[in-house]
Amino acid sequence: MITDFVPLFIMILLALGLALTLLKLQQWLGPYQPGKIKGSPYESGQDPVGSARERYSIKFYLVAMIFIVFDVELVFLYPWAVSFGEFLQAGGGAALGALAVVGLFLFILVVGLIYDIKKGGLDWD
Amino acid sequence: METLVRLILLPPLLVAAFNGMMGLFMPSWRKNEWLIGGLALAAVALPFAVTCSLFFGFEEAETVRYFTWLAAGDLSVDFAYQLDELSLLMTMIVTGVGSLIHLYSIGYMHGDDGFWRFFPYLNLFIFAMLNLVLAANLPVLFLGWEGVGLCSYLLIGFWYTELKNSEAANKAFIVNRIGDFAFLLAMFMIFKTVTDAPGFTGTFGLDFATLLAPETLALFEGSTGLWIALLLFIGATGKSAQIPLFVWLPDAMAGPTPVSALIHAATMVTSGLYLLARLSAFVLLQPTAMAVIAIVGALTAIMAATVAITQNDIKKVLAYSTVSQLGYMFLAAGVGAFFVAIFHVMTHAFFKACLFLGSGSVIHSMHHVEHELEHKGLIPSHHGGHGTPHDSEATQNTLRHNPLPYDGPFDAQDMRTMGGLRKYMPSTAITFLISTLAIAGIPPLSGFFSKDEILYKAFEYGYDGHALGYVVWIIGLVTAVLTAIYMTRAYLLTFEGKPRWPGFMDVKPHESPWTMTVPLWVLAGLAVIGGFFGLAPVVAEALGTHSWIHEWLVGHGDHVGPVAELGHEVVPSHAVEWGLLGLGALLALIGVGAAWFGFRFGERGPEADRSVRKLMGVFYGPASKKWGWDEAYDAAVVKPIVEGSRKGLAPFDKGIVDGAVTGLARSVRGLAGVLRGAQTGVVQTYAAAVVLGVVIVVALMLFV
Amino acid sequence: MYDFLLADTARVLPILVVAAVGIAVILLDAFRNDSPSIPWLAGAGLVAAFVLEGFKLYDPQVAFFGQVYSGGAAAFANMVVLLGALGSVVLSVPYLKRIGHNYGEVHALILFATVGMMTLASAGSLITLFVGLETMSVCLYVLTGLVREEKGANESALKYFLLGAFSTGFFLYGIALLYGATGTMLFSEMVEGLAVTERTGIFVGGVALLLIGFLFKVSAVPFHMWTPDVYQGAPTTLTGFMSTASKAAAFAALVVVLARALPVDLVAGEVQITLSVVAAVTMVVGNVIALAQTNVKRMLAYSSIAHAGYILAGLAAGTGEGYGGALFYLLAYTVMNVGAFGVLAALEWDKEQGAIQDIESLAGSGYRQPILGVTMGVFLFALTGFPPLAGFIGKYLVFAAAVDAGLTWLAVVGVLASVVSAYYYLRILVVMWMKPETDAPEAARQPFALATSTTVVLSLCALLLLILGVMPGGVIEAAQSYFDAGAIVAGR
Repeated sequence: MITDFVPLFIMILLALGLALTLLKLQQWLGPYQPGKIKGSPYESGQDPVGSARERYSIKFYLVAMIFIVFDVELVFLYPWAVSFGEFLQAGGGAALGALAVVGLFLFILVVGLIYDIKKGGLDWD
Repeated sequence: METLVRLILLPPLLVAAFNGMMGLFMPSWRKNEWLIGGLALAAVALPFAVTCSLFFGFEEAETVRYFTWLAAGDLSVDFAYQLDELSLLMTMIVTGVGSLIHLYSIGYMHGDDGFWRFFPYLNLFIFAMLNLVLAANLPVLFLGWEGVGLCSYLLIGFWYTELKNSEAANKAFIVNRIGDFAFLLAMFMIFKTVTDAPGFTGTFGLDFATLLAPETLALFEGSTGLWIALLLFIGATGKSAQIPLFVWLPDAMAGPTPVSALIHAATMVTSGLYLLARLSAFVLLQPTAMAVIAIVGALTAIMAATVAITQNDIKKVLAYSTVSQLGYMFLAAGVGAFFVAIFHVMTHAFFKACLFLGSGSVIHSMHHVEHELEHKGLIPSHHGGHGTPHDSEATQNTLRHNPLPYDGPFDAQDMRTMGGLRKYMPSTAITFLISTLAIAGIPPLSGFFSKDEILYKAFEYGYDGHALGYVVWIIGLVTAVLTAIYMTRAYLLTFEGKPRWPGFMDVKPHESPWTMTVPLWVLAGLAVIGGFFGLAPVVAEALGTHSWIHEWLVGHGDHVGPVAELGHEVVPSHAVEWGLLGLGALLALIGVGAAWFGFRFGERGPEADRSVRKLMGVFYGPASKKWGWDEAYDAAVVKPIVEGSRKGLAPFDKGIVDGAVTGLARSVRGLAGVLRGAQTGVVQTYAAAVVLGVVIVVALMLFV
Repeated sequence: MYDFLLADTARVLPILVVAAVGIAVILLDAFRNDSPSIPWLAGAGLVAAFVLEGFKLYDPQVAFFGQVYSGGAAAFANMVVLLGALGSVVLSVPYLKRIGHNYGEVHALILFATVGMMTLASAGSLITLFVGLETMSVCLYVLTGLVREEKGANESALKYFLLGAFSTGFFLYGIALLYGATGTMLFSEMVEGLAVTERTGIFVGGVALLLIGFLFKVSAVPFHMWTPDVYQGAPTTLTGFMSTASKAAAFAALVVVLARALPVDLVAGEVQITLSVVAAVTMVVGNVIALAQTNVKRMLAYSSIAHAGYILAGLAAGTGEGYGGALFYLLAYTVMNVGAFGVLAALEWDKEQGAIQDIESLAGSGYRQPILGVTMGVFLFALTGFPPLAGFIGKYLVFAAAVDAGLTWLAVVGVLASVVSAYYYLRILVVMWMKPETDAPEAARQPFALATSTTVVLSLCALLLLILGVMPGGVIEAAQSYFDAGAIVAGR
């Protein structure tokens, strides 16, 4: 029973190991010049402490939203890709249908992307 | 037959649509007064001619079906019309009197800015009224019922530039809606009762034939039937201006006078009676409802008669007189004599239309007097404010020489400014006098026969062992005397004695054009002979004939009419009948004589009101204030709802919203302000309301 | 084995058509900004979908394993929705041009909202229901805040969004409970599922929460607070759209849930009590508050609340007649309300003062614009329930159904409430036709030419109301044929 999860445990160990290794590696390999800005938690320039009522560019939201949309698209595509093999085996045009459905989904997303680009949603002035 | 019914129904509708559209979208068309009026008249005269041919060639009742209107489950209502004795008689009255009034209106409305809209409204009214009286089922009747209400609304508010008029129109519409919805509920309940009956199959269309069949009527024994009858009666009180829903009718006189004659005297207001007569077999099964109808009718009759005595506006007198006469008709219906009620509907249509048109003729010429007086500077101009004591010097001077007999501005409808008009308008005066004597009940004019028959039927009901019969009979007798007095008063104040308007030496009224006097003469003629259609049984017997209206509506021998009547076990002897006939005539003579020679309204003018006041004692005050009905409604119904909305419920909503809006106005810092304003108060309140709703719904679902 | 895919796709074709046209509109707008052909495209798509639905009016089907109902009642409701959308699209063009917001996106959003509504009205399972509901709502939130630079518009959009999200929470919780109680999302399997698990308490709780979500969407009292603000803040023609089409869709879905998902004894018991109480309160509160309004848009907002009450009275009856009557009422209501808001939109002269719509600003407009005056008269009389207009038939059917189901008191309340309503509807007419023009502000009296499209749509709406009032035969028959009275009627 528990043996079913062995690959999962290996996966977790691998991920942990990789992350820790990379962290340590960059400390060893990279140059180290600490500063006030560099010491802040978010190097992108966001101050984590301070007034919450701050103005920042609406572009953050636009880009973030589009990012989320395509992120979610991937989440959807993953299980589809995994089960596509079963559709292929089932035969009878099932795979074609599944392909058409996901194609439609991607098409709608692409239309959204085209609209966004055309309307200048991705232009950062 | 289908074509003929189309010929009756469609001309008014089509001409109304045509005239209305042309007038609305082509302002230049509005000037063609003769064309508009002529078309409109033809659209009523044609149906009248068709009805005449059907009426005189009548053999047996027929139903004409066009198509299905409403079909849902076991409900299936047809657009169906019924041609029987009752509907044909009513159609005759509607189209006949309607034609005369259309002709009259061409003269009366001449030169009015709204001439072009007046006739479409009037035609539309005729169409709706024809729907009402010809309908073969309740929903189609209801269609007409609502339609006449709408037209009445449009016509009362015809001169809408005065706020008072559009208020009167709204009042009429809304009060009528109360009655209408009682009617609607009655229909629902009838439908439910019939379709829920064991063994019911197929569909039911609320048609009279099925509804009034004995086996259907048997379903309505018990309290359901009583409720339905009472709801129908409430509907009838709304349309026919009975206590407690009569308050709209006196105000409805704000409309043009031909409208008052046609809609608010001759036709629409009698549709409540028509409904009861149509369903007479149904209503007869409910003795309690019958008693309520009789009592309400009697009380309305006497209440309105006392008010009529105290009024100075000639149209108000006629309005209260109409309410009172309608009360008579309900009294008749309540004692089971539906055919007499319809008989009185007919005679009343003749003499009351004549009286209203006569008053219109008077008002018409008094308006000319008013204009001339304004022109000569004898009274303050219409536009320059009203006749307050601070008016110009010149006005003060002339008024000192010849003041108005009352405080306030000149009013072309006030009888106190009239007097002596017979000299100037002989046709109007004579026809008005004939109709006055007819409504007073002087034999052998039409009012004598119909009113006497009502009183006799009430007496007969009492004689048969119902004490209520005697009570309403006595009320009816008193009302008869009052009627004779107030109508004679109106005639005398208007046409006899000395002229009382300022400057009567120079300014003379004149007789109206032929388009107006011809209808007056025709109606007066009908008011004279109309009574012979319904001779009292003893008179008919003495003459070797029979009461035509009874035979026509109720039946005689093999012929069974559409109207049911209450049978009596004990009937008074002929001697008593003759005696009652004499009593009726005597009371009418006493009333007319009292007004003419007792109070002497002719010579004394409005002065004579003092004697009336003395005679009526404590009743005069409340009666002149119309018994406080309007005030009572205001305090009991209108204020609570409107104020409740304005002060109770709306602030709850509005305060929040207004708060948000003013809050917005203060914080002009853009979206941030909106967000803060929204977050700190408003949306939370809304959400709180939602939570409250959630609690209610969950509680109802889980714990009830 | 997967042949069903093609057949089922055909069954939801109208929805797909609207969605495809929506996407096409977005693409067109991307390449040719605010192209004038967009409304034409949108209109054509809606007409095509309308015709396609028309073919399925008497052909009820189930698609995608019961997730979606197609044809029959769904087709009827979808046609109502499409009618509302079509009217709004046509009326919006001149209006949006006048207020300077004639964006192509508006039409795309209307189309996507319509897709949501159609999905909602065709839903066969709780998931489809929810997806439809959210698709519709999100589009409507955006449409409400269309006039970005107006504070009022922002406020209404935000309020709508926040409260909408709040009510969605209840809706979702209800779905979760129902799933927990029955183990299925499909309407058709719920009663069986409940019989297996016998978790009646959880089930009833779930139904209660689901009802709350619906009652919010149809703005029944006390879930109505957002309605006046949102209707006032949104662009007028779009108010017409969301006050009709979204209500029609939500009501149609509620009817389907009541008729197909819930056990008969519940519908005739607790649900009937709840719905009749809510209906009574809604009719009274909506009509009475409307009396005190001086702003016509707010007045119509409260009137639309009251109309939701009338429709709920039909649903409370819980009979085939009641559901059919409600469907017919939705049709009549959609036509008259789209028309009434269309007239108001045509009378707005700009987006600032003119958009306020104080009742006095309409003074004398009847004579200035006879078409608007006459059609508004028809719409208002229809809203009052005046025969022979369609509004009367609708009221007749729902109240008769209520009386038939033994809810006479509810019919009495409704009938009296609609007497009150005559008062404020008449007031609008009185102002339009009977007040002198001089009572209106100077700017309102400027003459303007009425767009031909507006004239045509308003006249057609008025004509349709008259036709539906005089010859509603087939339409009522269709509406009442969907819910077999015998199967649903309980406690009778």
